[in-house]
Amino acid sequence: MSIRIDEQACVGCGRCIRVCPGSLLKLVPGETGGVAAIESPEDCWGCVSCVKECAFSAIHFYLAEDISGKDGPRTTMQVRAEGPLLHWDFSKDGALFRTITVDRRNSNDY
Amino acid sequence: MPVTTVRKSADVLIIGGGTAGCYAALTLSERDPEKRILVVEKANILRSGCLAAGVNALNAYITKGHTPDFYVDYALRDAHGIAREDLLLSMSEHLNEVTERLEDLGLVILKDENGEYVARGNRNLKINGENIKPLLANAVLALPNVEVLNEVNVVGLHLEGGASKDAPGVVTGAYGHGVREEVLYEFRAPAVLVATGGAAGIYRPNHPGFSRHKMWYSPFNTGAGYAMGILAGAEMTTFEMRFIALRCKDTIAPTGTLAQGVGARQVNALGDVYEDKYGLTTSQRVWGTVAETKAGRGPCYLRTVGIGEDAAGSLEKAYLNMEPSQTLKWVAAGKNANEENVEIEGTEPYITGGHTASGYWVDDGRRTTVPGLYAAGDVAGGSPQKYVTGALAEGLLAASSIEEDLNSGLVAPSSSDSVDSATSFATLLQDLLEAEGNVTPEELEAALQTTMDTYAGGIGSGYEFTESSLDEAKARVRELLAVPPLQVSCSTMRDVTHYFEVRERLVVAEVLLAHLKARKETRWHCFAENKSFPEQDDEGFLCYVNSRYRDGAVETFTRPLSERRPEKTAGTERDYRDFTGRWANEHSH
Repeated sequence: MSIRIDEQACVGCGRCIRVCPGSLLKLVPGETGGVAAIESPEDCWGCVSCVKECAFSAIHFYLAEDISGKDGPRTTMQVRAEGPLLHWDFSKDGALFRTITVDRRNSNDY
Repeated sequence: MPVTTVRKSADVLIIGGGTAGCYAALTLSERDPEKRILVVEKANILRSGCLAAGVNALNAYITKGHTPDFYVDYALRDAHGIAREDLLLSMSEHLNEVTERLEDLGLVILKDENGEYVARGNRNLKINGENIKPLLANAVLALPNVEVLNEVNVVGLHLEGGASKDAPGVVTGAYGHGVREEVLYEFRAPAVLVATGGAAGIYRPNHPGFSRHKMWYSPFNTGAGYAMGILAGAEMTTFEMRFIALRCKDTIAPTGTLAQGVGARQVNALGDVYEDKYGLTTSQRVWGTVAETKAGRGPCYLRTVGIGEDAAGSLEKAYLNMEPSQTLKWVAAGKNANEENVEIEGTEPYITGGHTASGYWVDDGRRTTVPGLYAAGDVAGGSPQKYVTGALAEGLLAASSIEEDLNSGLVAPSSSDSVDSATSFATLLQDLLEAEGNVTPEELEAALQTTMDTYAGGIGSGYEFTESSLDEAKARVRELLAVPPLQVSCSTMRDVTHYFEVRERLVVAEVLLAHLKARKETRWHCFAENKSFPEQDDEGFLCYVNSRYRDGAVETFTRPLSERRPEKTAGTERDYRDFTGRWANEHSH
């Protein structure tokens, strides 16, 4: 379980670096400027704070093989925020196949 | 390059900007806008601590028709009698006040048509807790008299007057280092609140490989607050009541949402409901699962098949607000909760006073036994089942007594300029960065976790230990504690942080081992499964096991159980309500 950062989509704004509760992210040189990178992916807790903070949907969350089997890492999760709505996009091998939308104004049913 | 030093002083220093620390800052700031408050946080308060991912419910609330005593009764029962009723009561009396404050800050809490909160069971409220930490953090960041220092790792307390047996000294500040920058920080304050959270990473985790941090508790809570208090001579209580969470297998996601939310029962591989056989306290729910598996009836599950598609859909959303891994697992597998039961397992043991009773021995105002030092949240002992609102309530209680003690002059700025601890710390930092060591912090961590897993009742030993295995663990932990810093290889501040995190856990482990050995009974299955004494012994052990670190060794002793509403009789063994008299004496030494 950890994150992958899409270097093409990352603009190096540093917001994810700020919110990581383990200070695991840092800015590294990319092709066209600074991009965020995770220093040790095995130290990720899976809180997805960075995924929610990214305004460019550049951070993909996945479950590693040791907890999800060999096909697990092929499925990733990203978030798009739209006002009070959070759209959680699920992709397999990069192709979007499902979206679950949560309205932050509503409490959980359970 | 020499390490640079930054010095700061304040009226109140809060170590740890999590749940309790943030709430203490809010309370202090509002009560006295003139006081200068400094919050020092290892990560960034926006998402740091236990609330990073969000929470699914508020689990400690006095619902309509109930009283604070109802909550105290529940927590005491769940702890099998070993909890401080006085502390539980003062916490419970503030649960609803802090809940309303959370709502004012913007937390969504479900209400009915009359505007009343909707309860989930007798003690819980339904919320949308995805953004609970940013709400708290932003409220703190808006306060003019609060300074927040992020990415600074506090590792020790300034102690004036030495840690001798009769006078443990007075805390007048703390010191630490930058998590990324080569900077030494030295803080001075007459009142220091430790709110760093409990300790994870003492035992080998569920997934020791790549997903080693996929755990219940925050892997970044490494027992700093316990360790610095232990080394300053503070009295600790009930470390032997470890916490093991019953979680969804692999994702280590919460099971309460399934058990309480959709009424899923615990079933074994044969489909038989087994939870009734073992009891329903927190430790018994874990024990039942372990025992069924041991008896050849595993794996065990929460029976969610048949809950219906709508319920499964609601669960997907609920988990996104607190533990998104579980939703990802369902979606990736293409199988919902209503189509496949959710396998469950116990986690590695943690030390955390937020769920069990391990932590600082405190008085009603959350004063520790060391003058100038206060504790709130998961580091504060005696008061289990705090959850989020209980931690907030303790932040409030600590803030109240800090305000009182500053105003009465019980604690006052130090006139001494002595910075011995900071000077030796500067040398240590420099040495760590320059020395060519032959052991990495990671290797030390692995050695600690293997030792504790094997000899002190980790997952690998079915949570069981014996007197002899504890002795073996102690010998190995002491060997690891004796590794000189100059042998440790640290090239970056990240390595240095990791080194201190392992040191903290070693100190906590040593105290834990002493506590496990001192309670010669088995009161809580799994939490403290002592195979040398497998029965509960009410005659010998209906009491607290406490400890103090003196001259490099852990002393354990017992104290009688507290009363819920004790009368104030200063200076006696039963003087739980108030340490101010004791502190005044120690100041005059």
